[in-house]
Amino acid sequence: MNLLKPQQTPISAAINSRLAEDEAPPAMIDVDRLNFFYGAQQALHDISLAIPARKVTAFIGPSGCGKSTLLRCLNRLNDLVDGARLRGGTIKIQGVDIYHSDVDVIALRRQVGMVFQKSNPFPKSIYENITFGLEIQGIKDRRQLDERVERSLRSAALWDEVKDRLHTSGLGLSGGQQQRLCIARAIAVEPSIILMDEPCSALDPIATSKVEDLIHELKKKYTIIVVTHNMQQAGRCSDHTAFLYLGRLIEFGKTEKIFTNPAQKQTEDYITGRFG
Amino acid sequence: MTHFWEQQLNEIRETLLMMSGLTERNLALSIRALVDRDDKLCDAVEAEDNQIDQLEIQVDEMVVGYMATHGPIAKDCRLMLTGSKISNNLERIADQATKIARRARDLNSEPLLQPLIDIPLMGEIAQEMLRDSITAFVDANVELAVEIVARDRSVDSINKQIHRELTTNMIDDPRTITRALHLMTVAKAIERVADHCTNIAEEVFYLCKGEDIRHDQTLKGPTA
Repeated sequence: MNLLKPQQTPISAAINSRLAEDEAPPAMIDVDRLNFFYGAQQALHDISLAIPARKVTAFIGPSGCGKSTLLRCLNRLNDLVDGARLRGGTIKIQGVDIYHSDVDVIALRRQVGMVFQKSNPFPKSIYENITFGLEIQGIKDRRQLDERVERSLRSAALWDEVKDRLHTSGLGLSGGQQQRLCIARAIAVEPSIILMDEPCSALDPIATSKVEDLIHELKKKYTIIVVTHNMQQAGRCSDHTAFLYLGRLIEFGKTEKIFTNPAQKQTEDYITGRFG
Repeated sequence: MTHFWEQQLNEIRETLLMMSGLTERNLALSIRALVDRDDKLCDAVEAEDNQIDQLEIQVDEMVVGYMATHGPIAKDCRLMLTGSKISNNLERIADQATKIARRARDLNSEPLLQPLIDIPLMGEIAQEMLRDSITAFVDANVELAVEIVARDRSVDSINKQIHRELTTNMIDDPRTITRALHLMTVAKAIERVADHCTNIAEEVFYLCKGEDIRHDQTLKGPTA
């Protein structure tokens, strides 16, 4: 992954070379003593966690605990919020500090795709929804675009449902299909990491089940981080779970451990619905 | 369409089947050890028991993990409950097999008290009950499950008969007491195996139908 601005390619090459030597990097994302503020309000306090590669990590916690803020820090989406800033700590993706001034934020967001709570396909055809990001990347060859569209839609388990109507509007799809289209759009640009902010909260159980199956399938290739209020979804889908409360990381570990024998009483109270 | 979590349910089922295979084998070996007076078979049964114990723990870990992370409902929820109970019954059958093997070793060092006829017969019925209870689980066969429950009384009846005969032997000739007590223990162990098979069959019925038939005397065969 090259997150640095073009003139920084030697450093990037060195990082990539180092990663190539290391067959099993301990973590795809390293968050270290992260402190984040919205104006004077501190949203995240000293967060440290190592998110493993090609696994699903769930962020859980009550509303306002900072899980979405933490998620949006991972592709610097919070940069777009007035007064939001990092004050101490680092986030490294494959060893690269993504808040370093040399980092190309556009390249970062290409590598760290995002799927939002509410599906937000562009008011364009299904085909164009997928090719939009690719064309921005400069891919113009029709055959290559066709191939990437099919591959992305297949990866998102949507191909069979839309292959005969690729040039109809993406807005004509059902909610669940629109969400999978957004996932297909995110993976079309071949990211390494996919962030999902409550991707199923607006979906019915059948569409939710399809997205969850998809998440399980996608983790073979991508590192996935999911923010969810749905405990069962966190349990079903994730390999690791981070529980946040009042901007602090209370517990992080394997999901099965967190859900069967959490180390912290606050975690147990939250996942068993006894919180507050 | 197969959902990703179905794989985890299959793993629980497969572990139960592996456990049942080992348990069936141990039970068969323990009875053969007695009939053939073979100490090596006794050793084999004892050596294998730990593996079955470990599988029981493994099933429970899988069940707890699945329940905590997936919140199963309806048939999946019943599978969690019955899966744990079936594994517990299998482990206890394996314990009975070990008990039979140990008593067989004690008996092998002494002259044969009498030709073994009823105990091997009881053993055959119990082994068949075990095989069928697992078949009922695999095939979700409730008719077979009910039939297994009805067979339990015949094993109880043979056990009582053996006890009567052995008691008479002991009264007639006190030198037979030790051997007779060993044989009584073996018969009781086989009778317990049949009880555990009945429990498994009842769990299979609950798994398939969602109805609890435990303690329903009308389903059991006529009393001896």
